[in-house]
Amino acid sequence: MTRQQRKILLKIVIGAALFAAALIITHRISLPWWAELLIFLIVYLVPGHSVLIKAGKNIAHGQVLDENFLMTIASIAAFAIGEYPEAVEVILFYQVGELFEKIAVGRSRQAVSDLLDLCPDEATVLRNGNQETVFIDAVEVGEHILVKPGEKIPLDAQIVSGCSTLDTAALTGESMPQNAQPGDVVYSGCMNLSGVIELIVTKPASESTAAKIMELVESSASRKAKTEQFITKFARIYTPCVVIAAILLAVLPPLLTRQPFSEWIYRALTFLIISCPCALVISVPLSFFGGIGAASKQGILVKGSNYLEALSRAETVVMDKTGTLTQGKFHVTKQHTCSISEAEQLELAAMAESASNHPIAQSLLEAYGKEIDTERVRHIQETAGQGVSALIDGRKIYVGSAAFLQDQNIDPAVTDGVGTAVHVASDSEYFGYLLIADTIKPDAAEGIQALRQSGVTCVAMLTGDSESAAKEIGNLLKLDEVHAKCLPADKVEHMQAYRKKLSNNRTLVFVGDGMNDAPVLAQSDVGVAMGGLGSDAAIAAADLVILDDKPSKLGTALRIAKKTMMIARENIVFALGIKVIVLILGACGLAHIGAAVFADVGVSVIAILNATRAMHAHHEK
Amino acid sequence: MKKTYRLDNLDCANCAAKMEAAIQKLEGVQSAAISFMTQRLTIEAEEADFPKLLKAAQKCIRKIEPDCEIIVK
Repeated sequence: MTRQQRKILLKIVIGAALFAAALIITHRISLPWWAELLIFLIVYLVPGHSVLIKAGKNIAHGQVLDENFLMTIASIAAFAIGEYPEAVEVILFYQVGELFEKIAVGRSRQAVSDLLDLCPDEATVLRNGNQETVFIDAVEVGEHILVKPGEKIPLDAQIVSGCSTLDTAALTGESMPQNAQPGDVVYSGCMNLSGVIELIVTKPASESTAAKIMELVESSASRKAKTEQFITKFARIYTPCVVIAAILLAVLPPLLTRQPFSEWIYRALTFLIISCPCALVISVPLSFFGGIGAASKQGILVKGSNYLEALSRAETVVMDKTGTLTQGKFHVTKQHTCSISEAEQLELAAMAESASNHPIAQSLLEAYGKEIDTERVRHIQETAGQGVSALIDGRKIYVGSAAFLQDQNIDPAVTDGVGTAVHVASDSEYFGYLLIADTIKPDAAEGIQALRQSGVTCVAMLTGDSESAAKEIGNLLKLDEVHAKCLPADKVEHMQAYRKKLSNNRTLVFVGDGMNDAPVLAQSDVGVAMGGLGSDAAIAAADLVILDDKPSKLGTALRIAKKTMMIARENIVFALGIKVIVLILGACGLAHIGAAVFADVGVSVIAILNATRAMHAHHEK
Repeated sequence: MKKTYRLDNLDCANCAAKMEAAIQKLEGVQSAAISFMTQRLTIEAEEADFPKLLKAAQKCIRKIEPDCEIIVK
């Protein structure tokens, strides 16, 4: 509890004790009305004077319909109609509610800042051979910093000396320790797990990865969801309407039916007390913020509540292939051999391709994984786009496409499977082929299934790749539609077609790797970039950034979005529902002032507590 | 040009909404947003207008919550 909160608590306790005493005294002894009024006025001022002062100040500033003013009017009116204890109750209950509200807000603010507490404020800098602890803002690019095990990396940097394992969980939500060696680039916010490392700072604190993520999440509140905008607009008309209703209620029925004014003024009081829209104004944005916080904890950056809202209504998800569903790296996926072993075949292929920097050659060398003995390879000749020939251990070897081998009068086998085939042969004998293909990410299927479970009806893939490669992936992942051989302009056209097919109120989501996607992203309601950690371009281009490259995170994002919307809606229905019920009861003379105060501040507290559930949205599957 | 500032002693969500509406109406402000939860004020305007706008924004804020202050680093 802060000092301010303790002060309010003290006022409430003293006020409540005096109030109880006053009730007992006036109950036991029959006093003249002015004496009773005096006693309750004094009791009233203990918890109430601060409200009166604030109300006065705000009127001076031209702010008439604020909460303090409404409570003041309500309590003065209660005094005026002779309901002295009620007047004190209004202020007392109001202060209790305010206290609870302040505590709840303080706690959720704390929770939010904990979520965003990505990197330490201070760094250990090596200056003139000494270790100095300074604020990260004061560390210059090019200075050396020291990070011990158990500490978080404070700035983006490169390792100079020392080896360690790093955990990126704070950034990506996934606890996956990675080895780090001298020369490696490391990002602020990662946890150093095992060894002491010395780093050279590559970016100032204001441009570090952690700072960018925090800035993004903090400014996300400026892009408001429609639900939020509605609430803000609603709040602006709600208060004046209820206040006018209160005045009418106090004046009209007594004038028309000649009933006593005091009864109707009492009923109007309940209106005044309920007229503050705080519960709504606070809880709906808080729900969204909680959702954004929960997402960022999972390594999913959402640039605004509007995108969270749009994501929750996703109907069609269009995904890029390379780098999104597949790893974007070529691997040897299959070997078909004749007369030699797979290891021998791979060795021949790798040796022949050892001088090439073609992606296929690179994947062969990677699969081989050993040093190439250059002594054994002579006379490498490359025919661009076709293949290579070389003299290996004195024997002429051809490695390349089927057409390339046919040119050498060798008859290659018919290939079976998806990918690029690399045939291997000597001048007299055919050794079979290797298939090289891009591999699907291990969690791609899981991600697509999660999308379906969250109400996405169509998952499509766009790729510039060949028909057969696209179909194979489409079948494996059970995609609804696959479009192959897409040029950038085709992708835009496909997106426009999907947009036309959308049902009312549903949205179109595009997922890519954030590179050269701008025209396609512009066609989508929510543009998602994958693998954004360290890629400023992806972070800048998309509305939603998945920091690691896991397609399953899309499902997580969608789940969080849905949960957040649900909580926001619950809060609207709950807060408005209670207010309307108490307004009706109040108008009929059935609601006590205590109920009215509950409908104001009590509802706020409950709505805030409900909104904080959104922060933990990722826990529930 | 978009800039974000911290707000100290921002106590009430409805007040934050009112401040936001008032600051949006200031001349030269392209857009303005206040986040009650993170206590941040974001203003979008021409670079040269910022010193003048900040004073005007602070005035708007004081009118609604007397203790609330824009923290300029």
